[in-house]
Amino acid sequence: MSTVIRNGRIIDPANKRDEVADLAMIDGRIVDLSEIRTSPSEIDEIDATNLIVCPGLIDLHVHLREPGFGWKETIESGARAAAAGGFTTIVCMPNTSPIADSPSTIAWIKDRAAEVACVNVLPTGAISKGLMGEELAPISSLGQAGVVAITDDGRCVQNNELMRRAVEYARMVGLPVFDHCQDYNLVGTGVVHEGYWSTLLGLPGWPSAGEEAIVMRNVLLAELCDHHIHCQHISAAGSVRILREAQARGVRISGEVCPHHLALTDDAIQNFDTNFKMNPPLRGKEDVTALLEGIADGTLGILASDHAPHAKFEKEVEFDAAPFGIVGLETELGLFIDLLVHKKKTIDLPRLIEMFTVNPARLLQIEAGTLSPGRTADVTLIDPELEWTFDASASQSISRNTPFDGWKLKGRAVRTIVSGQTAWKL
Amino acid sequence: MTEQSKSALRWQRKDLLGIRELSAEEITFILDTADAFKEVGTREIKKVPALRGKTLVNFFVEPSTRTRTSFEIAAIRLSADVINISASASSLTKGETLKDTAKILEANHADIIVLRHSSSGAPQFLAERLTSSIINAGDGAHEHPTQALLDLYTIRERKGAVAGLHVVIVGDILFSRVARSNIFGLLKLGARVTLVGPSTLVPREFEKLGVTVSYDIDEILPTADVVNLLRIQHERQRKEYFPGIGEYIRLFGLTKDRAKRLKPDCLIMHPGPINRGVEIDSELADGAQSVILDQVTNGLAIRMAVLYLCGGIATP
Repeated sequence: MSTVIRNGRIIDPANKRDEVADLAMIDGRIVDLSEIRTSPSEIDEIDATNLIVCPGLIDLHVHLREPGFGWKETIESGARAAAAGGFTTIVCMPNTSPIADSPSTIAWIKDRAAEVACVNVLPTGAISKGLMGEELAPISSLGQAGVVAITDDGRCVQNNELMRRAVEYARMVGLPVFDHCQDYNLVGTGVVHEGYWSTLLGLPGWPSAGEEAIVMRNVLLAELCDHHIHCQHISAAGSVRILREAQARGVRISGEVCPHHLALTDDAIQNFDTNFKMNPPLRGKEDVTALLEGIADGTLGILASDHAPHAKFEKEVEFDAAPFGIVGLETELGLFIDLLVHKKKTIDLPRLIEMFTVNPARLLQIEAGTLSPGRTADVTLIDPELEWTFDASASQSISRNTPFDGWKLKGRAVRTIVSGQTAWKL
Repeated sequence: MTEQSKSALRWQRKDLLGIRELSAEEITFILDTADAFKEVGTREIKKVPALRGKTLVNFFVEPSTRTRTSFEIAAIRLSADVINISASASSLTKGETLKDTAKILEANHADIIVLRHSSSGAPQFLAERLTSSIINAGDGAHEHPTQALLDLYTIRERKGAVAGLHVVIVGDILFSRVARSNIFGLLKLGARVTLVGPSTLVPREFEKLGVTVSYDIDEILPTADVVNLLRIQHERQRKEYFPGIGEYIRLFGLTKDRAKRLKPDCLIMHPGPINRGVEIDSELADGAQSVILDQVTNGLAIRMAVLYLCGGIATP
């Protein structure tokens, strides 16, 4: 089966390629155009005029809620939402039930994904047993079972000694360590950014220092253990500064940014709408500025959604009591293109695609994220100029907990191809 | 306030969620309305038919005796039928959500729900979902509007006006809904506000609300027209915020010695319950400058006014 995507702007940052050309695929693999030898009538053609043709996008921070929380999201529905957002590979977090801290749970997730998911689903495993932060999970066995990283996401290992040993052990196993950076003592019962709005509304504050302290801890441990730590969903200006200084010294540390931390600030919480409650919280304008600077200079090299589905009845409670998190797979590409490329002009499209493809692929040490001949044909077609309105009620996700319902965005994936097959098409 | 200004404003709110959302005119309108209800309290028969046939539910998810009692007496004087529900007696303990519990109250024809809740924003949450009138009786560290209104009423009653006065609020501001509602109300009516207390409980961030923050009570007291002392707790959750009661009293307690710095006509207020000998010297609490019991009595008039105004709004 031969497919040719005609006349698109091929952006393949891994190969430093940016040109209008045709892209060929045979039997689910990318091939050189010269390898297409079948007669033109047997070629499946896709017209990509005025579209970007890029490696399938990777989101390395997604909660699929299975096993255990199927009323929020399933591997099947989450994968559909990913495809609709332009993603061909998603990395799911371990805070499921049971928690993904054993090879059997990882095997279940992989089996289930193989059966029902329309995109590639790569599981992570827990750092600590039960995400309790007390004992190491069987990291090597998790690696053998197929996890691409370890993380206690949703929680944060507070014991610096345990974290040190986890990083050392993960280095031996060859797995990167992801960390949700939150110092529990500093954050306490905080639910919103500590600042003007927490003061005004009397909501418990979540100070930036609660993130920065752990980012700094991770810098020290990455240096001590000479291994990679990836800091998830960076929200605070100070974190960006700490990462920048550490990276300049060659420390193996990276950071990711979520769209809501760029598109929104803490003033959005003033009506106590729990769709603006996430962890880490929405912060101030100066934090957004620092995140944009971090993206511009490459300090923050990866974009991700922190897709965190919750049912309406779970979110429709008192602000304090509501779970943290919002869905994001279907809005993140539009938000990032709209903000970073069109409105703020922070980066150009090739840079944005790099942050969604080759950068996460390198961190995960997976063979995705490029259009090199021979690679699996995971391809995303993007119309960067398409103006559209996000309608949460039409979402592929089971949950609708989004602050972006009705937002007008510019830029959207129009077709998502996984292993040569169209998984989703606008 | 004159009759003219009363008639200039038509009360349009079914809910009282906080002071921040009110205009100065609305605040004054409530205070003026309370004047009339205060008079009712001097009659032999202290009851009017304003809310006859209406059902009021005192829904107190967080414990309270003073505020609940005040609302209950206010509602009874307005001839409403009153039901009291506490958290331990409600279905919340069985895992029912706040929304569902409140919907049940509404389905039982609760015209007015007076809510006390430990989460900031809970009254607004209900107001957006229910047609019943929601009256905030204190939500988390957010607002306690009727307390601020009765404080403003008491100040206006004693001083003639609120505008131009220097009001000093002392104590645990960070966790205080009384402080926030008072700050909003006092500023709207033109008072100058200084917050005093330990730096851990009076963060500088409050200055962005338009008040002054001070850590030196002795410097502030001589210029105060009103000192409002908030209850200081040194229980489990406050141990990290200041070292102990002894040091608090030394730095911020209104002792007899310190009270000598006050202007002779400075009012001493306290929303209660008082820790005698902590926030305030016991004799001062009962002294000539203290208006603490006036606050309680005025609270009835304020709550009658609020229930009358909001409960009288036709709901769709």
